[in-house]
Amino acid sequence: MADYKPTEMMTIAAARSLKNDDICFVGIGQPSAACNLARLTHAPDITLIYESGTLGTKPTVLPLSIGDGELCETALTTVSVPEMFRYWLQGGRIKVGFLGGAQIDKYANLNTTVVGPYDKPKVRLPGGGGAPEIATSCGEIFIIMAQGKRSFVDKLDFVTSIGHVSGGDSRQKLGVKTKGPTKLITDLAIFAPDPETREMTVVSIHPGVTREQIQDNTGWTVKFAAQVEETPAPTARELEVLRELHARTARAHAAA
Amino acid sequence: MARITSLAEAIAANIHDGDTVALEGFTHLIPHAACHEIIRQGRKSLTLIRMTPDLVYDQMIGMGCVKKLVFSWGGNPGVGSLHRFRDAVEKQWPLPLELEEHSHAAMANAYEAGAAGQPCAIFRGYIGGDLPKVNPRIKHITCPFTGEQLAAIPAHRPDVAVIHAQRADKAGNVMIEGVLGVQKEAVLASKRSVVTVEEIVDELPARSLNAVVLPHWTVGAIAAVPGGAFPSYAQGYYPRNNSFYKQWDDIAKDRDSFHAWMKANVLDKGPEAFAQYAGTRHAAAE
Repeated sequence: MADYKPTEMMTIAAARSLKNDDICFVGIGQPSAACNLARLTHAPDITLIYESGTLGTKPTVLPLSIGDGELCETALTTVSVPEMFRYWLQGGRIKVGFLGGAQIDKYANLNTTVVGPYDKPKVRLPGGGGAPEIATSCGEIFIIMAQGKRSFVDKLDFVTSIGHVSGGDSRQKLGVKTKGPTKLITDLAIFAPDPETREMTVVSIHPGVTREQIQDNTGWTVKFAAQVEETPAPTARELEVLRELHARTARAHAAA
Repeated sequence: MARITSLAEAIAANIHDGDTVALEGFTHLIPHAACHEIIRQGRKSLTLIRMTPDLVYDQMIGMGCVKKLVFSWGGNPGVGSLHRFRDAVEKQWPLPLELEEHSHAAMANAYEAGAAGQPCAIFRGYIGGDLPKVNPRIKHITCPFTGEQLAAIPAHRPDVAVIHAQRADKAGNVMIEGVLGVQKEAVLASKRSVVTVEEIVDELPARSLNAVVLPHWTVGAIAAVPGGAFPSYAQGYYPRNNSFYKQWDDIAKDRDSFHAWMKANVLDKGPEAFAQYAGTRHAAAE
């Protein structure tokens, strides 16, 4: 078995979640790496959309920002930002949205706004950006986040975007018709919502990771599904394509 | 009506202390040269609107130009924090910063409503989150046809929009290509506008029948500032300088290194300093 890093496992597991016919709203960083890895391996026809307005983009390197020129140059078309949010996102044309955050709770609600009180924050984070409406407008949401006790918390300091709210049918009761977070992919495991309680529950553990490790890096008592699988290890090809993508990206960003 | 002038005159005539100003450009075509000129002219107590505050607002906040920020995402894309923005919010340095915080969808809708002359933007948003609890300007409205609860926020109606574009012709018609952001909406929503361009040409070149052109009678002051979007980019002229965005993290982390950089690169310089970054025009796909 090839040697790999936990973050590589995370990106590869996220990439595998995407299908060839998906229409995907891509965020910068881990989501962008996962989506482009999927496009370069098993999902060559996947439609990638970045909120800068680029529809069906095929970058050769990962963009540093959400609107790098290459996204526009390789896109099928580029629309204005109001059109992006109104017709494409809020119009319900996007199947999968990717999100991450500084904090997540067990119902996959996310905080990207502040650590501490809003008026006197200990850390002022960038804020919601597209997330509040991505979370409710996309057909379903995949979340990618590395685990840790400071980020996987019992109670969020601020709810920037909703997941399954307070569990059960609380999301639907707000009038939201989309599925919300169906997968949470971490550097240790894959979580999915429990069918009844909607609590994010471990369904697959990455090779070599223990249940104790997952619990030690989570701020709530972790639930495990009745049948927990082992995530298949990255294949040589997945690792090769991902590493080439990152190497190309690093060269391009250093040069510019 | 468009008037071709120098950047210094354009800023002096159009931006006053206390104004509400929107410098727009979504990653692409961010008006850095205009931002530097506003700082050099020492504007104070500005209310700044922008979806993604970026380096330009980090610089204006750190230099004490800003009273209030209306925004939806305040980070250095792909790099991390905007340190001057954080210092102002967390430690009130150099001044306290009032925040009016929205989501991207809300901001985009509010610019569009402003361009359309509507009093407010109505959209399906902010469901279940905490932003409406901390921003009293986020309200709700009931659809008179379906009864659905929708979010409503006031339209953006800035005193001044400031944008950068690839080119204008001598009559002052402005053409924008590539990632379009909300610049067209911001100019149409504002009372006045300042447009910097890579070049002023006799006639706009051959273009798509649907090219984005702001007619001269919708635009205020136009100034040619080649390279004026650097380290952001101008599609067809020069690429985004991603390595500078990474360097900014170190420059802005510390108050002294920030001030040293601003003195050397902004206060002691003029718009012509951007010329070194200007590329020559080439086809967009090259």
